[in-house]
Amino acid sequence: MTGSLLPLGAPLPGASFTELIRSLDLAPKWALGPDPAPPDFRPPDATTVLALRYDGGVVMVGDRQATAGYDIAHRHIQKVFAADAYSAVAISGTAGLGVELIRLFQTELEHYEKLEGVRLSLEGKATYLARMVRSQLPMALQGFVVVPLFCGIEPESGTGHVFTFDAIGGRYEERDFGAAGSGSREARAYLRTVYSPGSDRTQAIDHSIAALVAAAGQDLATGGPALRRGIYPNVVTVTTDGVEEIGRSAIAAAAERAMEVIR
Amino acid sequence: MTLPFYVAPEQMVKDRAEYARKGIARGRSIAALEVQEGVLLLAENPSRTLTKTSEIYDRIAFAGVGKYNEFESLRVAGIRYADIKGYQYGRRDVTAKSLASAFSQTLGNIFVQGPKPFEVEVLVAEVGRTVAEDRLFKVTYDGTLYDKRGYTAIGGQADELSDRLGEDYEGTPGLAEALALAANAFREVESRAIDGWEGALLAREGPTRRFRRLTKEELGEIATS
Repeated sequence: MTGSLLPLGAPLPGASFTELIRSLDLAPKWALGPDPAPPDFRPPDATTVLALRYDGGVVMVGDRQATAGYDIAHRHIQKVFAADAYSAVAISGTAGLGVELIRLFQTELEHYEKLEGVRLSLEGKATYLARMVRSQLPMALQGFVVVPLFCGIEPESGTGHVFTFDAIGGRYEERDFGAAGSGSREARAYLRTVYSPGSDRTQAIDHSIAALVAAAGQDLATGGPALRRGIYPNVVTVTTDGVEEIGRSAIAAAAERAMEVIR
Repeated sequence: MTLPFYVAPEQMVKDRAEYARKGIARGRSIAALEVQEGVLLLAENPSRTLTKTSEIYDRIAFAGVGKYNEFESLRVAGIRYADIKGYQYGRRDVTAKSLASAFSQTLGNIFVQGPKPFEVEVLVAEVGRTVAEDRLFKVTYDGTLYDKRGYTAIGGQADELSDRLGEDYEGTPGLAEALALAANAFREVESRAIDGWEGALLAREGPTRRFRRLTKEELGEIATS
């Protein structure tokens, strides 16, 4: 920052924080070489996250594992975050990029809200996130892909929405549920068989944790709940009351039920 | 080429200060009080949408009086300063002291070097875990920075309002009591009916972001009393 003076003369980028730090040359940069990254250069990957709608809100779940090839890089990584008071965001793909993307996204939403005096609409948030993913395209082409998952509610209507993305920056609203990461195929396959739109919060949490257990059963990179080690997935719900993180004991109970059902 | 007229620095400062003071004198005042529940900001404001108080960061709030476009640009710059700092370092590294000092530097520079001084006074408040850790900083048009304790005021009637607040402010009052005594001070100093209230609280307890606007119901009691 320019000494101790306020950025009063910063070029006016409106209410966007990302544009602001870019104009001040403070935005995070990953300098790219001309060649693709060597095959043995493997920063940790974050894997399976999923979100589903239920009557009155949305639930979002993420496993805790990050892998580098066949190696477990982290056992307790957090992939699910509150984006603001009424939305949550999760990452899959290159963990280092994803975590930074989320920090920037959270700051962006808060910055907008403070400057404008109102929150962005849910659709506005999803569109902005898609734009952030798109700006990562050069990195994606080098093999460092970040794919987020976004969910939240419009506080006025109280209905939950789930948005999935692709590496190009495509944004898709899902009718029932969405998932991202290496175990997402398995998780979606499980959810397709159990999902019903009228399910309540408890059922939705049960289903989402069971889907994660199913994914961990098939996908090497997904870490299921490890009760003896005390590793539990991150679970949040978003309702008109805001974002709520589900406590360990509730998750442990749901995980035990799920592990009895899933072979 | 013509030489500019020589103006003595004393004269320049005097002229500019007079100009700025005239602009501020037209503005309505804002009071800030440390209360048990946090830090209270109370302003006279007939507008529902153009606010004078604002959230800056987790525990930090801003209030400005004077020319709207000028204090609004300071508010925006303050939020940008705080968000950049919080993003580059950590949320706990954003403090009212460094922000107030940045306001002071900026206003001081504009006062001396700008085409005209800003016709504004701003207030930076921070709520602490205890009352002893609360911070109230007042920055005037020329960049002078004041560190206040307990209560303070900015605006056209700042000195009178601040003196009047001091008469009733004892210990650390509760929110309701502070609202009543601040409203009373406004009425006596202005000696007329107050044209709409704007209130905000930096809450001592709560999740990360502590700034909230007081509701119509909370302000309604002082409006009728």
